Amino acid sequence: MSIMTYRQALRDTLGSEMRRDENVLLLGEEIGVFEGSYKITAGLLAEFGEKRVRDTPIAEEGFTGAAIGAAMLGLRPVVEIMTINFSLLALDQIVNHAAKIYGMFGGQARVPLVIRTPGGGGQQLGATHSQNIELYYAFVPGMKVVAPSNPADAKSLLLAAIRDDDPVLFLENLALYNMKGEVPDDDIPGEIGRAAVTRRGSDITVVAYSRMAAVALTVAERMAETDGVDIEVVDLRSLRPLDRETVVDSVRRTHCAVVVEDDWLTYGIGAEIAATISDGAFDWLDAPVRRVAMAEVPLPYAKTLETAALPSADDVTAAIRQTLASVGRRAGKDTP
Amino acid sequence: MAKRGPAVRKPPGQPGPVGEDATTDDSQLREFYRRMVFIRRFEERAARAYTQAEIGGYCHLNLGEEATVVGLMSALEPEDYLFTNYREHGYALARGVEPGRVMAELYGRRDGVSKGWGGSMHLFDGDARLLGGYGIVGGQLPLATGAALAVDYRGGDEAVACVMGDGTTNIGAFHESLNIAALWNLPVVYVVVNNGLGMGTTVEKASGEPELHRKAASYRMSSARVDGNDPVAVREAMLSALASARSGRPFLLEAVSSRLKGHSVVDPAKYRTREEVEALRTSDPVAALAFRLRGEGELTDEAITEIDAEATSAVAAAVAFAEASPHPAVDTLFDYTYATPVPNDSRRLPGEPLFEPAPLPRIGAHP
Ligand SMILES: Cc1ncc(C[n+]2csc(CCOP(=O)(O)OP(=O)(O)O)c2C)c(N)n1
Ligand SMILES: [Mg+2]
Repeated sequence: MSIMTYRQALRDTLGSEMRRDENVLLLGEEIGVFEGSYKITAGLLAEFGEKRVRDTPIAEEGFTGAAIGAAMLGLRPVVEIMTINFSLLALDQIVNHAAKIYGMFGGQARVPLVIRTPGGGGQQLGATHSQNIELYYAFVPGMKVVAPSNPADAKSLLLAAIRDDDPVLFLENLALYNMKGEVPDDDIPGEIGRAAVTRRGSDITVVAYSRMAAVALTVAERMAETDGVDIEVVDLRSLRPLDRETVVDSVRRTHCAVVVEDDWLTYGIGAEIAATISDGAFDWLDAPVRRVAMAEVPLPYAKTLETAALPSADDVTAAIRQTLASVGRRAGKDTP
Repeated sequence: MAKRGPAVRKPPGQPGPVGEDATTDDSQLREFYRRMVFIRRFEERAARAYTQAEIGGYCHLNLGEEATVVGLMSALEPEDYLFTNYREHGYALARGVEPGRVMAELYGRRDGVSKGWGGSMHLFDGDARLLGGYGIVGGQLPLATGAALAVDYRGGDEAVACVMGDGTTNIGAFHESLNIAALWNLPVVYVVVNNGLGMGTTVEKASGEPELHRKAASYRMSSARVDGNDPVAVREAMLSALASARSGRPFLLEAVSSRLKGHSVVDPAKYRTREEVEALRTSDPVAALAFRLRGEGELTDEAITEIDAEATSAVAAAVAFAEASPHPAVDTLFDYTYATPVPNDSRRLPGEPLFEPAPLPRIGAHP
């Protein structure tokens, strides 16, 4: 184990995979000379050269599509899209091509492609630069979407994504890049399609992913102290495939759930989780599933407004307290 | 073909595409004629099967583009890659894909080139290095560019041919792709099959620069325009375009011909004026080549009839093959979602529940 940042885990993993397999190459805007907008690729151009670390023109559709075509011939490109907002310009290539090529041609061509891209608001970047639109990709069969919430998962899921023969959207988060944590030294790929119970608890299940999974853990530790409640945290990690079993299994034990997401509530990933809980744990539920999500506005620039719009640890705490209170009411018990 | 590594490798001993070994002599011209007639008859038969509801979806034909198709494909080496659009039956045939498997795909059958998953617009054959017909206008351009990147990355000497229509030169992916290919010196030839129309919109109404080959100038890319009704001219032009691409200079080739019928089988093309319809009568490349070969004494009327009969019966055999091929079994529905299996991949049919009913918890069993 080593302690390192999420950023360092990504950078080291890219480097070690490029050393392991010469079919791995990186493409993206400003990833070479500039070393990446968020410095994930720092040092890689110097080590691997321009052939394998390609600065592309600002042409998301063109270079993402080119990576797909190169993957069809057996290369294993890792594309960086500067932030997920700009992936909208590559939507056709991702949704209509990367996700379709394996099935549409009857399994004759594979697309071993990784698209790394950070989402997330809270940096005062305004409406066009602060979105969480991973849902658009998680909606699409043929895509795999992973969203690590800590440095160890960043490494293991990036290893899995690069070695996987399908297109994987690898969701990072601006607010997580400096997060520190223990990272295994061995290169052992994680499992795409599996959630993790990152904290065992018996009173309530909190389901989250990416940044909000980290927030949920913090809230759980704090509320164990302040409220004496024992919270179970399920970190989805994989948005497609979605590990519904782990979510339902947890809720069948805790009997109530709060779902937390950094994107908009209506039609969001939390809605899918809530529906899953309704399908699989209806008879176990002691309270309605509560969702905590962003306010439904284009995210404003002004700090007061931005902060108000984004889900916070306090929002999660309040939702947990209210849900537990409603469980208590239903049981005819007095609750704080 | 679902193995790791290069998606496509031609097995040894497989017959090559049209015109391999061919020279531009008269026998080649006769061979071109034979291939063109075959595509013509195949497409006419596909149209009939479509109106008989044997073929579903959309069905776009190469009628009027036979000389372009045959000329282009004769210039490719067996190792070269081809990306094209939804109007691609002729390309698959000219690339040497078995006609029965092409027809079976149109019929949505198990033995179709894409196992019934693609249909008319999405033909794929790894052995023929036909890496797809694509239904999204312009979608194939970034992909072809990336395939050329992979060839270049590995130091191979294959080239990539990327076929598109005139209307496709107005889409962003066209410009992004040409720019990238030019910047990175990729071995790709972009071929614009200019049939004068998008669906019903003319080139003049859609392109600020209606001389489409000139669009390459923005990227300092070489380009040329060729008469798409002359298969030999097309072949020659494509050979030099490919030579350029192989030496690291991507190329834009425009082949001008006419679309003899509607945009797809269901389109009656009412937007064409009487003059335009009249003009089409003189721009049929199959009739023109027959006329030329007969005039030059290369083909007798009998030979022409024979070539026709051969094509008709080969197409009939393709239809018979398609009809005999089974419909894909429903239990294969989830076979091609992912190449690498992962847990929790959904295999639920529409009416099935997400969770099996479980024994109910005892009421009040928990606090
Ligand atoms: C992105 C996209 N927009 C619109 C369509 C609908 N469409 C299919 S073919 C076509 C015309 C294309 O014209 P052209 O590129 O000249 O090719 P042609 O059909 O003439 O061979 C259109 C608009 C589509 N398939 N994809
Ligand atoms: Mg056209």
